[in-house]
Amino acid sequence: MTDEISPELFEKLVDLAALGVDPNEAAYLRLELNKQLQAIRILESVDIDVVHAEPEVTQLIETRLPCRADVWEPFENPEEILDQAPQVEDGYLIVPDITHTELD
Amino acid sequence: MALIDLPAIEIAKKIRQGDLSAMDVLDATLTRVAEVDGRPGTLDYDEITKDDETKVHAFITLTAERARQQAERVDAMIDAGEDTGPLAGVPITIKDLFCVKGVRTTAASRILSGFTAPYSATIVERLEDAGAVILGKVNLDEFAYGSSTESSAFGPTTRNPWDLERVPGGSSGGSAAAVASGQGCLSLGTDTGGSIRQPAAFCGVVGVKPTYGRVSRYGTIAFASSLDCPGPLARNVSDAALMLSVMAGPDPRDSTAAARPVPDYLEGIDRGVKGMRIGLSPDYMHIAFPDFATGEIITEDLAGEIRDAALRAADVLAAAGAEIVENIPLPNSVFGIPAYFVISRVEASSNLHRFDGVKYGYRSRSDYQGLHEMYRKTRAEGFGLEPKLRILMGMYMSAGQLNKQYYQRALGIRRMIRADFQAVFDPAGAYRLDALLTPTTPTPAFKMGDIFGDSTLMQYADQLTVSANHAGVPAISIPSGLSAQGLPMGVQLIGPDYAEATLFRVGYAYEQATAHDDWRRVKPQILGEAD
Repeated sequence: MTDEISPELFEKLVDLAALGVDPNEAAYLRLELNKQLQAIRILESVDIDVVHAEPEVTQLIETRLPCRADVWEPFENPEEILDQAPQVEDGYLIVPDITHTELD
Repeated sequence: MALIDLPAIEIAKKIRQGDLSAMDVLDATLTRVAEVDGRPGTLDYDEITKDDETKVHAFITLTAERARQQAERVDAMIDAGEDTGPLAGVPITIKDLFCVKGVRTTAASRILSGFTAPYSATIVERLEDAGAVILGKVNLDEFAYGSSTESSAFGPTTRNPWDLERVPGGSSGGSAAAVASGQGCLSLGTDTGGSIRQPAAFCGVVGVKPTYGRVSRYGTIAFASSLDCPGPLARNVSDAALMLSVMAGPDPRDSTAAARPVPDYLEGIDRGVKGMRIGLSPDYMHIAFPDFATGEIITEDLAGEIRDAALRAADVLAAAGAEIVENIPLPNSVFGIPAYFVISRVEASSNLHRFDGVKYGYRSRSDYQGLHEMYRKTRAEGFGLEPKLRILMGMYMSAGQLNKQYYQRALGIRRMIRADFQAVFDPAGAYRLDALLTPTTPTPAFKMGDIFGDSTLMQYADQLTVSANHAGVPAISIPSGLSAQGLPMGVQLIGPDYAEATLFRVGYAYEQATAHDDWRRVKPQILGEAD
């Protein structure tokens, strides 16, 4: 685990995350990301093979969950949900056009 | 003692008996809010004034009129001889991470600043059905990402009622500060790595992280879904036990909410600790953190007064009849924060993908060309720095080629941390503990601005609490005295799965045994000035 997030990799992550950052934010965020990566390097020293096959912790806690019927349930007032959307028309969520990029 | 400073149980009892009205209690509470809280949190808030520096600023949204309607309903039910429920007329606040129908629900983020919840979280419904009166929504770190409440997009920043220059802790900082300053008897918080227990310790109140699955998460804005636990904050152990009794239980709308019966947590709370085995671990008496100059891990003993408070609590419990078992090994707890950096960021990143300016919340008002640019501008303008940091870190560590290197390794370590706890709580094992006793935090509340901005160091504020989240086991923080600077300190009790009743019993025994200690008579700074 000796990876460091370079400026190029940082830009790629920002794009994949559909974010935007200004230069000051970028400098701060990349510094903090690399500090956090340094903090998790201690995990390299741990042998996890002993627990490799065990289920996840949340499955180890006994919950006695019954299955519920997989049925559609109406919401009492769907207009209240649509009221929260930034742009709605005739019950549809409106978004900007999806721009197309010509591939070479 | 002012009306609002009475225990929740006593207030509910008096209201149900007709000795008090819910409206009287609400009026007294709103008077307290007006005295101590100052202006509520807003986006793009003005410069901090001298007056701001003398107030708590716990609230983002005060719902006084809604609360009046609830109080009137409770009083009408009393007049009609109807059962109002065990929290009749008790004023409570809600961390602004829970949906409350018809009320703005922001997660302390610009991206949800205009969102009004169309439904209530299951546990909010249960609290209201039990007669609680909701005062409003209180501040937190943005999306619960932090340990000081300073990352909220809404300000002025919440201040610690014991020392207004210090943080209340976080992320449930508004909840802890509200309870400590008498702005409601109870508050509903969430705990993902310590976000109930750490602010509870910083503000001198009780905070409970239940077993994962004990409480429904339906209607809670998700941070890290495999770690998030809603829970109570209260001024004493009995009030916290009552609140959890109301909140806990199965929920068909949350597939992770356990279908186990919920005990009455007040039943038997006063049975004492005689014969109980309570452990102390050397692994919780030091902190380990990276030196960024050298890359080495530095291990330091906890501050003497923090360690001594835990040892004093052990002496108190021993005098009450408990057997204290020393040298309990929990060797993997040292990996708790590094593993949390990985798991919580991966889950947070996944959960934040839903905020895109389409279905609800903020959409950029600037010009954009097409859908993708709208996403980018909306998320760039809507998220603060801490969510952006967690999105980027989570995406990096969950990427295909790095998944095994980081995420799968952290999940394995999480299983090892749980195995440590199972071994010491095993009734047929070498230690057979009923509970583990530790300090809650490495330090008392720190000054505002001292750590904020250093996201790595801030995370280490949760070093003593995070392992209980990894393991899924229950834990409670209770006040254990004051530091030399007069700041609250807390001790933590951790138990096996679904042992909340045991933790309440131990906590109550400690509370009773120290009821006449001098530090119990000291009030938060803000209340000294209010009276």
